[in-house]
Amino acid sequence: MIVTFDIIILVFLVIAAIISLSVKDLLAAAMVFGIYGFLICLLWAEMGAVDVAFTEATVGAGVSTVLIIATILNTRRRSTD
Amino acid sequence: MEAFFKEAVVPHFNFWIYVIIMMIGLWSVIAKNNLIKKLIGLSIFQTAILLLYVSLGVKEGASIPIIDHHAAERSLVGDAGAINPDLIANPVPHVLMLTAIVVGVATLGVALALCQMIYKDFGTLEEDEVLQKIKALHDDV
Amino acid sequence: MKAKIFASIAVTITGAILLYAVTDFPNFGDPRSPANAGVEGGSSSASLYYIENTYRDTKVPNLVTAILADYRGYDTLFETVVIFTAGMAIFAILRVLRNEDAPSAPDPESTNRTIDGDHHRIIVGITCRIAVPLVQIFALYVVAHGHHSPGGGFQGGVMLGASFILIALSGSLRDALARFSEASYIRLASLGILIYAGVAFLPLVFGRNFVDYGALRGLLGTEGEEMARSHGIFGVELGVAFTVMSVMFAIFANLSTRGRLKGGL
Repeated sequence: MIVTFDIIILVFLVIAAIISLSVKDLLAAAMVFGIYGFLICLLWAEMGAVDVAFTEATVGAGVSTVLIIATILNTRRRSTD
Repeated sequence: MEAFFKEAVVPHFNFWIYVIIMMIGLWSVIAKNNLIKKLIGLSIFQTAILLLYVSLGVKEGASIPIIDHHAAERSLVGDAGAINPDLIANPVPHVLMLTAIVVGVATLGVALALCQMIYKDFGTLEEDEVLQKIKALHDDV
Repeated sequence: MKAKIFASIAVTITGAILLYAVTDFPNFGDPRSPANAGVEGGSSSASLYYIENTYRDTKVPNLVTAILADYRGYDTLFETVVIFTAGMAIFAILRVLRNEDAPSAPDPESTNRTIDGDHHRIIVGITCRIAVPLVQIFALYVVAHGHHSPGGGFQGGVMLGASFILIALSGSLRDALARFSEASYIRLASLGILIYAGVAFLPLVFGRNFVDYGALRGLLGTEGEEMARSHGIFGVELGVAFTVMSVMFAIFANLSTRGRLKGGL
């Protein structure tokens, strides 16, 4: 546990969450959500939860982004809000 | 103000951020119009809960929950000081959250599949337009 | 607009209540907090038991793997069933079994996508062709070495599934389905649950409890019960890896093609 690192990642986490929910382009939202997943993976590794970090790196930053992009491909890319 | 900051915010910084992320997620689930945005918000909500649980298991100055082999072998012969629980992070929240993440992505897949079916039936993913179309359908009947 | 005002009010109230509760939490990183050490004068935390006894009981240095597959094996069995059910739910929601469009007419969207991207496709395709076996070998290592390092069935399974998704993204879904067809991923997902439930059920044959792998000592020919539990954990992780791999690929294949398993990303 490294407190400075912890605080920096947590602040970036909030910024990434707000950006991914406020951009109107859904593809951009999905990519920022991938960044969010990777940031939270760094946070788990920093807090000593290595197994959770490994899972989050494969699932949050990898598969879930791909699934959202696959859905956007088959629906619409623009969002009204 | 400064005393409040030192007593309430700094020692609980992770928990404050968990509440803020949870508020962002909950707000987007209620207020966002696009269904995919709602799902991203729901995933963010989920990570907030994971953050709460994993933060509860953190110990200051502790290592990862994998015992090193020398200490482990010494513990087998009854060396009581071989494994110091204060130097190993609490593994129980990690176990609970690890399965929750993978189940979370599987259920996210189901939700996205439902979104695709909604798009196929209504031609839109905006909540208000879907509701209007459902209402028009009912008025026709 | 009304929804946004209502949402802001509801979220502010919820957040204020939670923030008020947070001030009563133990300090972040406190080793003496109830979750880490138990209540003073009362019962001690279960995590202390796990930390002190896991290696003696199971010979697995990675506490997370041991607790996941052994102490909390019942929980993980049904988490795996939830993942399997999610895969089947996707199949029920999206999969189109009737052939709606004429088989001879090529999908206009998918042909457009390949016309001007052909030379990019060669570079990406060959790079991924080199990368995929490495990813798969590493994923198998993660599954098998989960006892000693971070990893296990869930992580390795997701990586194996991601390697097939990588084939589909770099080449086409047809290539990926030629290697891992629909029939085989449904079979492998069920086989994973069967392996898990079978390994968990075997101790009942020897007159012991469900998921008590120590009873497999005679069957596996190990010296003590600890090694039998360690091997039992490996069997269980293998089952989890099969199910997770198949379900991840099934979800991607169905989502990217709207359940037709043709064209797609």
